[in-house]
Amino acid sequence: MNSTSDDTMLLTTPFHSRVSRACELNAWGSWKGYTTPKAYTDVELEYFAIRSTTGVFDLTPMNKYRITGPDAGPFLNRLVTRNVDKLGIGRVGYTVWCDDAGQVMDDGTIFHLGENDYRLCAYARATDWLFWSALGFDVNIEDETAAVAALAVQGPTSCAALTAMGLEGLADLKPFGLAEYDFEGETLMVSRTGFTGDLGYELWITPRLAETLWDRLFEAGAPYLIKPFGSDALEIARIEAGFLQAGVDFVPAEEAVRNGRTRSPFELGLDWLVDLDKPLFNGRQALLREREQGSRYRFVLLDVDGNKPAHNSFIMKGRRKVGTVTSAAWCPTAKSNVAFAQVELPHGAVGEELVAEIYYQRELHWTRVLAPCRVIEAPVFNPPRRRATPALPF
Amino acid sequence: MTDHDVVLVGGGHNGLICATYLARAGRRVTVLEAGESPGGCAATREFAPGFSVSSCAQWLNQLNPEIIRELSLEKHGLQWAARNLASVSLDAGGRHLVLQGEQLEGERLTARDRESYPSFRRRMLRYAKLLATACGTRPPKLVESNLADRLNLVKLGLGLKMLGREDMGELMRIILINMYDLMEEHFDSEQLKALLSLHGVLGSHMGPRSPNTVFGYLYHCMGEHHGYLGPAQVQGGMGALGNALAASARDAGVEIRLGTRVAGIDTRAGRVVGVTLSGGEQLRAPLVVSSADPVTTFEGLVGYRNLETGTVRRVSQIRYKSGCAKLHLALSGAPQFTGLDPSRLGQRLVIAPEMDYIERAFNAVKYQECSAEPAMDISIPSVNDPTMAPPGQHVLSAIVQFAPYAPAGGWEQHRASFTSSLLDCLEHYAPGISAQVVGAELLTPADLEARHGMKGGHWHHGELSLDQVMMMRPFPGATQYGTPVAGLYLCGAGSHPGGGVMGQAGHNAAREIIRREAAA
Ligand SMILES: Cc1cc2nc3c(=O)[nH]c(=O)nc-3n(C[C@H](O)[C@H](O)[C@H](O)COP(=O)(O)OP(=O)(O)OC[C@H]3O[C@@H](n4cnc5c(N)ncnc54)[C@H](O)[C@@H]3O)c2cc1C
Repeated sequence: MNSTSDDTMLLTTPFHSRVSRACELNAWGSWKGYTTPKAYTDVELEYFAIRSTTGVFDLTPMNKYRITGPDAGPFLNRLVTRNVDKLGIGRVGYTVWCDDAGQVMDDGTIFHLGENDYRLCAYARATDWLFWSALGFDVNIEDETAAVAALAVQGPTSCAALTAMGLEGLADLKPFGLAEYDFEGETLMVSRTGFTGDLGYELWITPRLAETLWDRLFEAGAPYLIKPFGSDALEIARIEAGFLQAGVDFVPAEEAVRNGRTRSPFELGLDWLVDLDKPLFNGRQALLREREQGSRYRFVLLDVDGNKPAHNSFIMKGRRKVGTVTSAAWCPTAKSNVAFAQVELPHGAVGEELVAEIYYQRELHWTRVLAPCRVIEAPVFNPPRRRATPALPF
Repeated sequence: MTDHDVVLVGGGHNGLICATYLARAGRRVTVLEAGESPGGCAATREFAPGFSVSSCAQWLNQLNPEIIRELSLEKHGLQWAARNLASVSLDAGGRHLVLQGEQLEGERLTARDRESYPSFRRRMLRYAKLLATACGTRPPKLVESNLADRLNLVKLGLGLKMLGREDMGELMRIILINMYDLMEEHFDSEQLKALLSLHGVLGSHMGPRSPNTVFGYLYHCMGEHHGYLGPAQVQGGMGALGNALAASARDAGVEIRLGTRVAGIDTRAGRVVGVTLSGGEQLRAPLVVSSADPVTTFEGLVGYRNLETGTVRRVSQIRYKSGCAKLHLALSGAPQFTGLDPSRLGQRLVIAPEMDYIERAFNAVKYQECSAEPAMDISIPSVNDPTMAPPGQHVLSAIVQFAPYAPAGGWEQHRASFTSSLLDCLEHYAPGISAQVVGAELLTPADLEARHGMKGGHWHHGELSLDQVMMMRPFPGATQYGTPVAGLYLCGAGSHPGGGVMGQAGHNAAREIIRREAAA
């Protein structure tokens, strides 16, 4: 069991001895009760490792729940918006889950590990909700956040580096596929998943072998210019790839205090994750109603003129405020200034021209820029190598 | 294809009342009742050869007279064995206290008691009247209230205002406190304080010092608002009311199937489609109305896995712990209570000499133990209605508080000892009664649950406390008789306003169903 909470002294992950040695800047942040580096050496260099060679990210603090038992499938199907029946063994699926009001509680991934055996990875702590949801189902739920150490290995040379470490045949693993390898007598699980939008993998292992794994990985990866990266570099990569961040781009429904501050999957542009043909899942009734009556907001990707990230900007249509920015970054590879925004409907159709009201400060001097921006259809970074199977050699 | 517009689960009094109103509005209604007789907790049963008793509810003091009239229950066989009975608080030494309407009698009353009681009572009746207004309609919703709801709220608000500044302030002050403190403020006589506070805790898992008991007391007082100056006794026992309701229902075209247990309420894609009986037979209907308690309805019949998590969480948080048992005695002759004029034997007899006595009795059940000296609310129905026992012999029926639902080791270890401690207790007030016993039956909360199907054996199908009344009854999201499952409604004691043989839940539910389904 994981015995952490957000307000106790921060815990360290099983990789900490290695992470702290590499963390030259000594710049630490807190992620759900764990101390994790914001940056190791230089954010930009770390970002470019993700995009040009291989970057490594310690994702152990991610909340992980093991769900087993005869009703594991039906339980998950009632919990999440996607149809879990369609997720084969050895596959991973991205999904969201909602409360009864159809408001997103969290997003995460479901790993179908075996028959009646799943892992759910979540941004927020979910034990309470999972246990309420388990009433009436024959399932066993175990919080294995601390029992599984995890690394993301991301970037064009990641497959080559991992293969060099001994993961033979990894190139054939399809996106969202799972594979198992023997590692020092234990199972090393590898999934072709990640939060960077690039070719990449996530490695899952017992904490006992965490340091060994790190050492072997960096040794094998040296010729492939492997480099650890922190949360700041990840932030740029995930915005470039168009990925939402819980707690940033939406308020998890159970954490919201104020009325109306939560969002439905439709309002987050996640319609594709919602299977209304499933006879029953949390939020279905409310989402059917929303389909009929219309949503309040639209999630949009904006291409903003200039190179000032539109952090926290208001989005204007003429003189009217129609939305706010939730995430923004200058995206170096795509060479574009991207912002995620929530705009009031009917605004936000692809191609619509809006204005981002950007405030920034230089030496105590605040400046306001009205940057024209337009709604774009798709994320600015989406290279073929992300999907190519076998993984392209580098 | 279906032969039913509405399938109604449970033929308790609320279910039958709801069915009758629906049938009169042109619906084809089928009532499915697990028991062999109609009426649910309004039942009569022969528990020993020749001895019959109202086997669950025994006093009729809340049934809305308007419903009696509208359903022509008297035409359908409802007869009164006695009405406006006095309540006698028994004293082991024979110095009893008698309460009937505004009349108080008892040698241990002080001048202050005699003076305070009438004004206290009138004020409580003003509050009860307001409460009755709120109980007569569906409760407003917590949020998204529409015009009708707002009007109801306005009516309530106006009602509150009409009470006048002083009354309203006093209501606000007392509603969250407890009977113990309220009684201490007004009266000297322990007997009087205990008798009134018993009304506040009857059927609940509370002692006089528990919050919510003033609300319980006002809920009880609604009977007086409806014109019951004291409890009434139905000729032939409460089962006769069940029969009259069934006759009225059949007259309106309702089909009643007794001995028919519903095994499951069937849903598809969040909508009700019918029910499956325990024998496997399926009945299809666009509307299902359940008079079973909410926990049984959602957990047992719909099934948690067919509901969204938020609903499951709400349902599993409903408090329904009971502490109420029933004792039935077959007596070879009329019992003799010390100092009680035999002409009073047919009144309501209460054993609750002091508030602390009730509180101590309650203490035990908090720890799943039987009260050593329980409070009792006693009826000897054969006095007013000789058909209940062989000639010259009698039946004693007592509501007993408190008895746990699941004592350590199980009831079978405690049944005999608890029964004999109840007899000891009675013996204290009616010496010689034990020798008259020719048959005895103890119905524990678990027995009541097994017989009548209400979760925990709870009087109100779920505790009646401020967190579980009005728009929170049975839980937010299933208020106004509708539920999160489209086409599924509730109409029993677990919904607004609550339990007691009152009929209001069934009546309001029918009105709401007719209104909503017409709009749909
Ligand atoms: C010990 C005790 C004493 C009481 N004394 C009094 C009193 O003196 N005066 C008073 O006014 N109130 C009294 N009450 C309270 C009163 O009896 C109840 O609140 C009231 O009768 C509830 O009526 P109802 O119609 O809502 O539900 P019920 O009478 O409980 O009816 C529900 C019906 O549904 C049926 N049912 C449940 N599940 C199924 C299923 N799956 N399939 C088919 N049928 C099903 C049950 O068999 C039952 O007949 C007492 C309660 C108790 C427990």
